Amino acid sequence: MRVFVLLGRHSLGTLARLGRAGLFLLQVLAGAWQFLRRPFLLVQQMYAVGVLTLLIILVAGLFVGMVLGFQGYNTLVDFGAESSLGLVVALTLTRELGPVLAALLFAGRAGSALTAEIGLMKATQQLAGMEMMAVDPISRVIAPRFYAGFVSLFLLAALFTVVGVYGGHLVGVDLLGVDSGVYWSGMREGVDVYEDVLNGVIKSIVFGFVVTWIAVFEGYDAVPTSEGVSRATTRTVVHASLAVLGLDFVLTSLMFGEV
Amino acid sequence: MIEPPDPRDALVEVRDLHFAYQARPVLQGVDLTIPRGKVTAVMGPSGTGKTTLLNFIGGRLRPDRGSVWVDGLEVPRLRRRALFALRKRMGMLFQTGALLTDLNVFDNVAFPVREHTRLPEALVRHLVLLKLELVGLRGARDLMPSELSGGMARRVALARAIALDPMLVMYDEPFTGLDPISMGVIVKLIRELNDALGLTSIVVTHDVPEACSIADHVYLLADGRVIASGRPAALQASDDPKVRQFMNGLPDGPVPYHYPGAPYEADLLGGEAR
Repeated sequence: MRVFVLLGRHSLGTLARLGRAGLFLLQVLAGAWQFLRRPFLLVQQMYAVGVLTLLIILVAGLFVGMVLGFQGYNTLVDFGAESSLGLVVALTLTRELGPVLAALLFAGRAGSALTAEIGLMKATQQLAGMEMMAVDPISRVIAPRFYAGFVSLFLLAALFTVVGVYGGHLVGVDLLGVDSGVYWSGMREGVDVYEDVLNGVIKSIVFGFVVTWIAVFEGYDAVPTSEGVSRATTRTVVHASLAVLGLDFVLTSLMFGEV
Repeated sequence: MIEPPDPRDALVEVRDLHFAYQARPVLQGVDLTIPRGKVTAVMGPSGTGKTTLLNFIGGRLRPDRGSVWVDGLEVPRLRRRALFALRKRMGMLFQTGALLTDLNVFDNVAFPVREHTRLPEALVRHLVLLKLELVGLRGARDLMPSELSGGMARRVALARAIALDPMLVMYDEPFTGLDPISMGVIVKLIRELNDALGLTSIVVTHDVPEACSIADHVYLLADGRVIASGRPAALQASDDPKVRQFMNGLPDGPVPYHYPGAPYEADLLGGEAR
């Protein structure tokens, strides 16, 4: 009997949270007028959220590209198909690894930072203080961070892919001796702007939306104590990562599923 | 329907305020009148809803029953725009100061001015320096909140609270956790600012001697109700056991020393059960 009570309470709690998250999203979306009037707010957050995540994205992109170069070459060379290396690296990155890995890294670096920052502002009564100064914290604090994260991830994922392609070139061409012209021309012929690049971009836009939404909501909804904030930060990384991987499956099956 | 009170002599009127937080009653029929131009202290043990009361005056909570009027406006019925307009005329000093951690002292005090006005930067500077001078921290304007002591942070927050020249300033536990010197400074500031700027002040606190030294009027809150009110001297001379216990800080009295539980003997002889 007790199990059902607990189960019911848990489900109701989860549903209530989902409802709050939805309403919160509407308020954030409506809060855009603040920084449309004062674009500096958005620029500031683009720096904090995007530029500070840049290094980890570039380094990770380079290494992922290099690993792809090795693995792709080793598999392809058995079939004498190492001329397709550029195509393999580029397709893997634009379709999957670019958007997904960039989103995962973004959730770990920028998402957790967003949650911790907003949660601490709540715990130290800064958000309440703003409310009492007749300043709406959602449009002043949350909305610029949300839009900045949303825009940043799409740009970061693109950079991840570009750096990854160069990483593949570094290993495949400069180290293992695939011809440079072959590497690039295979890519140019095989990668389709709509089918591959655009779908990858759509993925990173969806991931950016979801990851930043989770991050700012967890911060805003955190229990305003140090324990509550640390738990919210953990939840952001876990939920955002799972959401990215789950949504990637859904999006992939929608985009590339028709057989 | 309760008749709205006359706003000419009372700035804040609280009538029959009831509020429960997750089925736990916090306020159970509070009536208070905050006169204009005076310093009113709201005292009581921790957890009796003193801070909650400030949240009602600031319109951050909605009452279950009863209502709150500020300057003739019924706060719980105000729409968002009107509520924000009212809040611009109120200042609130939070217990932690609630300074924005990514802005320095100057920008913190300038924050409400820049958010709500389009004054030229030179004028903002004059205004901010004036407010900082009032709390004695003009020289600290370039420090970050993390570099301030507790007392200084509270003074900066006070300068920020009066930046827009409010009619009402609410202090939430302004004396908690301060060293004696900082405490003396805050006590003096509350009284002086109230009189010099023609404010109305509400001080929520459980520090009896400090509150009694500056308040014109004291309300004593316990168990979600006002149990006594009057001039500080009158409360200190009260015979009511509850009032006496609180005003003199006696460990046992109507508020028992022991947390309610089974008798000690029964617990000792109760065997294995925890």
